[in-house]
Amino acid sequence: MSADPKLAHIVAELPADAPLMACRFDPTGKYVFATSENRSIYRWELAGGKRIAFTGHDSWMFDLAMSADGQTLISAGGDDQLIWWPAAADAPEPIRKVKAHEGWIRALALSPDGKLLASGGNDRVVRLWNAADGTKVSEFAGAERDIYSLLFHPGGQWLLAGDLDGVIRQWNVADGALVRTLDAKALHVYEGGQQVHYGGVRAMVLSPDAKWLVAGGLHKGTNPLGNVQEPLAMRLEWESAKLARQHLTEGNANERIWAMHYHSQGFLLAGIGGGKGALIFWNEGEDKPFHTFALPNSARGMSVHPDGIQVATTHHDGKLRITKLMA
Amino acid sequence: MKNCDYSCRTAEHLITRRNFVTSLAAVGAAAVMPGFGLFNSPAMAAEMARQQKRMIVINMAGGLSQLESWDPKPGTATGGPFRAIPTSVPGLHISELLPKTARVMHQLALIRSINTHEDDHGKGAHIMETGRRKTPAQDYPALGAVVARALEGNSASALPGHIVISPGGGGGRNADSAYLGPRYGSVVLGGGKPPQFSERPAGLAEDASICANDLRRKVNDRFALRRRTAQTDAYTQSYEQGLELMHQREIFDITKESQQDQERYGSHDFGRHCLLARRLIERGITYVRVTHANYDTHCENFNFHFEQVGEFDGPFATLVTDLADRGLLEHTLIVVLSEFGRTPNINPLYGRDHWSKAWSICMGGAKIQRGAVIGATNATGTEVIGRQVDGGHLFHTYLSALGVKSTGQFDVAGQKMPMADPAFEPIDELLS
Repeated sequence: MSADPKLAHIVAELPADAPLMACRFDPTGKYVFATSENRSIYRWELAGGKRIAFTGHDSWMFDLAMSADGQTLISAGGDDQLIWWPAAADAPEPIRKVKAHEGWIRALALSPDGKLLASGGNDRVVRLWNAADGTKVSEFAGAERDIYSLLFHPGGQWLLAGDLDGVIRQWNVADGALVRTLDAKALHVYEGGQQVHYGGVRAMVLSPDAKWLVAGGLHKGTNPLGNVQEPLAMRLEWESAKLARQHLTEGNANERIWAMHYHSQGFLLAGIGGGKGALIFWNEGEDKPFHTFALPNSARGMSVHPDGIQVATTHHDGKLRITKLMA
Repeated sequence: MKNCDYSCRTAEHLITRRNFVTSLAAVGAAAVMPGFGLFNSPAMAAEMARQQKRMIVINMAGGLSQLESWDPKPGTATGGPFRAIPTSVPGLHISELLPKTARVMHQLALIRSINTHEDDHGKGAHIMETGRRKTPAQDYPALGAVVARALEGNSASALPGHIVISPGGGGGRNADSAYLGPRYGSVVLGGGKPPQFSERPAGLAEDASICANDLRRKVNDRFALRRRTAQTDAYTQSYEQGLELMHQREIFDITKESQQDQERYGSHDFGRHCLLARRLIERGITYVRVTHANYDTHCENFNFHFEQVGEFDGPFATLVTDLADRGLLEHTLIVVLSEFGRTPNINPLYGRDHWSKAWSICMGGAKIQRGAVIGATNATGTEVIGRQVDGGHLFHTYLSALGVKSTGQFDVAGQKMPMADPAFEPIDELLS
């Protein structure tokens, strides 16, 4: 069963009680989770759509992580906290709360072996946690602006952090040494008239063969406060860190990339929002997308089901939509 | 120069600007503070300096979100991601983006019930700047011009009474004083730099400059014997003020402040501009406006407020602390305002749009009651539920807090012009 983006169509709309933000499928493919502006996490069963709310944060939640067995959900809050949850419980209560940062935690990543959890956000520090018990393992400083995205290399030895400045730092997980920085500064703008920094590395993915690192966000931010920008995905060659290609969109002004996925079939997928919202599909060797699937409402988060066929997107209209990439 | 024929003949106006400046030059070496040099008794100058009423406005350009500042609604549909934190006033909470300001809230007050009925940037700013709605029939002077004029007799500074520190741009002088005349128009310090053209050109020797100005004065005086008007006086005064600016150019130089103070205020523009405001106020400038930009966050409101309010918090709290510690807050009104607030509703872009129906400002010092909170909004911040306040009320209140009778009038060439919109009155319960 293979995906065909050109056959994309929405197969389900799962309602929540408030605008939705980040989302994540569980690794078993049974559930999909989404954070909302009412400070709840919603869990839907894909079969039947049964909905359960998780409450425990004192702010919005900007990212979610799932243990490989699907038993544990970890949420990152704007209240400085990480919360561990029993993902499949009927009446979920926090297993553990950890004050992990000063201010928003914007990004989470689990190591390939599932033992380490990385977190980062507005305090510009990346911290590593024992995913099993929530104890701190180490921390990496050096970012000069907010951390927006995190990614473990599939080998597990390196951790990548992308920040608001468009700088990607590669750290050695074992000893915390900064290995190198990669340049994605085209994703950042300082708009002098408005006196604001804007953009950042909003999403990062590695190709399945680890040959390419793609950083996504926006460029042409000529009026940040007024939502004037265009989406941009920067394809860097992993070994050399050289820019190989800039993936652009067509007819998607005023959007930005919120989330990306490198599909096992070799194409790159991004969820964009800010305008009408869309799923964008690029091939490795092309600047322009080979397909754009318009969504009915501005998208804010995206996650791809383990089957590679179903794509979840979260929307301001309070709905989680499931798009199927086949007939 | 004669005493002004058209003046109100108060004691203040009987000291002409020329005499004032001349005296200033004569006693400059004895002056204890640059702006108070007329008084060659240090004690007199110090007392004059202490008693002088002043005003600092911090303009949060674009429209600060009341929900991310003075009136947070955490945990509601409109509250956004930020939390509320306690302040030094028991029971009073503000946004967590203002932790340093929270520690000085006992020096400040909030008005949480402003409804200006105007969601347009320019028109909203006009209301906050003049206390009146824009009308094609009449231009009204800006707050800084009104304050500079109303407190003129209270000020011992020969320098302009109305200074605007802008985040960027060049400088110059604004035509924002309407019928009060160009003398009260704002002098703009673009990017916090000294006024434009306030350095003597390198090619002009000092003695040549003195000769040129002497000649100008003689010609002016001769002309004024028969043809003197308010306009010619304004023209003459602008030259004298310009000379004084050149003489005292270093008051705009914050590198003269201690290194420690420069570090306390921060290395970014807003920090430097707050330190400059303190420096100007301490040297007798009546009114200083600092602009912090930009809060017009239709998109990603929370990211930008995190960035901007975070930058505002430290320098503002430091300024309030310094004014209090130096005994200046008692005589200095400080106001943090915008042209309007932002919508309680969060749009699909994580933005907030223009909202004038229920928003807040912060003020303190002078006769403002410390720790007061005026008015309130409903649970989600969509409506005022008590003590609705308009820009006209605020304008009256600013003047009253400075000890000016806000229902008073200016005599403009024989015509009585109300200082503030007669349709409104001060917020008496906010005044001590």
